[in-house]
Amino acid sequence: MNLRSAFALAFGLAVAGVSNAATELVIATVNNGHMIEMQKLTKFFEQANPDIKVKWVTLEEGVLRQRVTTDIATKGGQFDIMTIGMYETPIWGKKGWLQELKPDAAYDVDDLLPSIRQGLSVDGKLYAAPFYGESSMLMYRKDLADKAGVKLSDHPTWAQVKDLAAKIHNPQAGVYGICLRGKPGWGDNMAFLTTLVNTNGGQWFDMSWKPQLESKPWKDAINFYVDLLNKYGPPGSSANSFNEILALYNEGKCGMWVDATIAASFITDPKQSKVADKVGFAQAPVAVTPKGANWLWAWALAIPAGSKNQEAAQKFIAWATSKDYVKLVGKETGWGSVPTGTRKSTYTNPDFLKAAKFADAEKKAIDSANPNDSTLPKSPYVGVQYAAIPEFQAIGIAVGQQMSAALAGKVSVDQALKTSENAADREMKKAGYYK
Amino acid sequence: MNRFLPRALLAPAVVTLFLWMIVPLLMTIYFSVIRYNLMQPGEVGFIGLENYQYFLTDPSFGTAIVNTLMLLASVIAITVIGGVALALLIDEPFPGRALVRVLLISPFFVMPTVNALLWKHMMMNPIYGVFAQVSRFLGVQPVDWMTDLPLFSVILMVAWQWLPFATLIFVTALQSMNREQLEAARMDGATYLQQLRYLYVPHLGRSIAVVIMIEMIFLMSIFAEIYTTTGGGPGDASTNLAFLIFKQALLNFDAGVASAGALLAIVLANIVAIFLIRMIGKNLD
Repeated sequence: MNLRSAFALAFGLAVAGVSNAATELVIATVNNGHMIEMQKLTKFFEQANPDIKVKWVTLEEGVLRQRVTTDIATKGGQFDIMTIGMYETPIWGKKGWLQELKPDAAYDVDDLLPSIRQGLSVDGKLYAAPFYGESSMLMYRKDLADKAGVKLSDHPTWAQVKDLAAKIHNPQAGVYGICLRGKPGWGDNMAFLTTLVNTNGGQWFDMSWKPQLESKPWKDAINFYVDLLNKYGPPGSSANSFNEILALYNEGKCGMWVDATIAASFITDPKQSKVADKVGFAQAPVAVTPKGANWLWAWALAIPAGSKNQEAAQKFIAWATSKDYVKLVGKETGWGSVPTGTRKSTYTNPDFLKAAKFADAEKKAIDSANPNDSTLPKSPYVGVQYAAIPEFQAIGIAVGQQMSAALAGKVSVDQALKTSENAADREMKKAGYYK
Repeated sequence: MNRFLPRALLAPAVVTLFLWMIVPLLMTIYFSVIRYNLMQPGEVGFIGLENYQYFLTDPSFGTAIVNTLMLLASVIAITVIGGVALALLIDEPFPGRALVRVLLISPFFVMPTVNALLWKHMMMNPIYGVFAQVSRFLGVQPVDWMTDLPLFSVILMVAWQWLPFATLIFVTALQSMNREQLEAARMDGATYLQQLRYLYVPHLGRSIAVVIMIEMIFLMSIFAEIYTTTGGGPGDASTNLAFLIFKQALLNFDAGVASAGALLAIVLANIVAIFLIRMIGKNLD
């Protein structure tokens, strides 16, 4: 073959390659059940949109956060769609790192639960579309409460919860009054503790961004927490987070649990839980104020501003978070596995309500959470169980470690709060919030 | 001309290796003296030793160094002594030796996070863990490993994982042991302890040095076990230097402070290396 025909062949192949090129969307996502489901159902999207191919990059939550943040901050352009949480969305949206989402009328953006939508918007613009949302609530053993002769209202106070814990705490029989998170981490123990502080009338930072960790609400909340868990909680609490307590609850060892609403779907599943039919739900307990007593979180899909496939990405996001997608999961996998906490229409669907006994309690919890107004005194940050500032992760884990130490009895509560205040102060000064 | 040609031919390999080493090092040094936070891309500027000062004035810094050294020393001690003991145990042939060898080596191939979670949930959980069940059977109050003995728990997990590595190296070293010398010593009436002291240990000297060197390099950066189990321990009881860098800098996406921390870790590693080389190198020929 001579040189000319070789060139012609190469040119022809190149052109053919280009003209057949489908848009490839690279999606970075977290490895939870809903996303794994979505990957299985991607073929429906690709059938409906033959010019778009979807490539999934699945990572564990901590690693995902690292990779996605690094990529977006350095404008790496590796991903067309990113799975981010309610924590990143306000920060990145404000920095202009995310593309505004503009779905069409068929998407029915007003169907999104208002608090979730608000948590994912900046100045009224939606920057990420939710595919999973949750709040927190109290899940207690109705059988043990009945035996103790106590009836919990739907809006209990922490004092009432402590009373009930005392009555049902029975380590000889292998039942601990209440199980709560204790493992250090901004999304582990600090998520719960922040709501406890909120409901005691506290906040992370005052309006001049000074940390408030030695204020009275913090002291009240942490003293209450340490006292409650040491008296009526299981041993090893200072290393327990969601998964550990779930295992304990499913074995029937916890009398009460305040944690993510999604926990309810596991502890009421007879395939996993020994106490599936004995669980009762109530809203998260309150102390001084109901503000911020239950948290708000969503996993959402967002488009980095530098993506070259904006249109295809918008199409995929609109498909993955639509009403039809929820129905698709219900049909293909079962109504017990649909992604919850995103749309009002899910909670009026009779198939879903039949499969999820906790749906009402969950919707009430999500509706009552407001990330823009979750503290009694006015706060300069948004977020219920965190402050949506980049420094929060480091501050959160430092404070979380101290709280875990106080719980384990290694330091006094006052000392732990003092050390935490210093750590937070150091971080805020370094980041330039104040001198 | 004679000396030039070999050098010229070696040059590409040497230059590549040199660049491989020097470019990341120089970049790390550069990042450690500027303000470089991924979340605040606009503010980049020379700030001298401020990053170092921030890292060194962390209240957990001293504890982190102490914990790192304790972790290093304990795991090395356990693995070397345990490794020699195990290697000697399976030195003589016995039925099923091949299977036992494979089983003894396997823990090394378990991923660190899996290893940590297995220990945390299956063995050390104070309610349903194996240790707790055994303690209750014996009538003893179960130990809450993660709360009361966090650093020791981490040491246990890491030692369990690295013991096979040491065992493997020592088993291989023992293969080249002079059997006739051993037989002669036995016939002369040497007790096992004397054989150990005069024949086995000197022969293993070099491989012990190798094991210590390699473990030192890897154990300085233990992170996964701490992150998944204790999250740095109650307070900073199980925070080591790697975890401190993570907490201070990586969580914040602060490349400046992270680089400063990394360079401090290099300094620590070199100090430890000098001590070890002095101690062990003297015993080698």
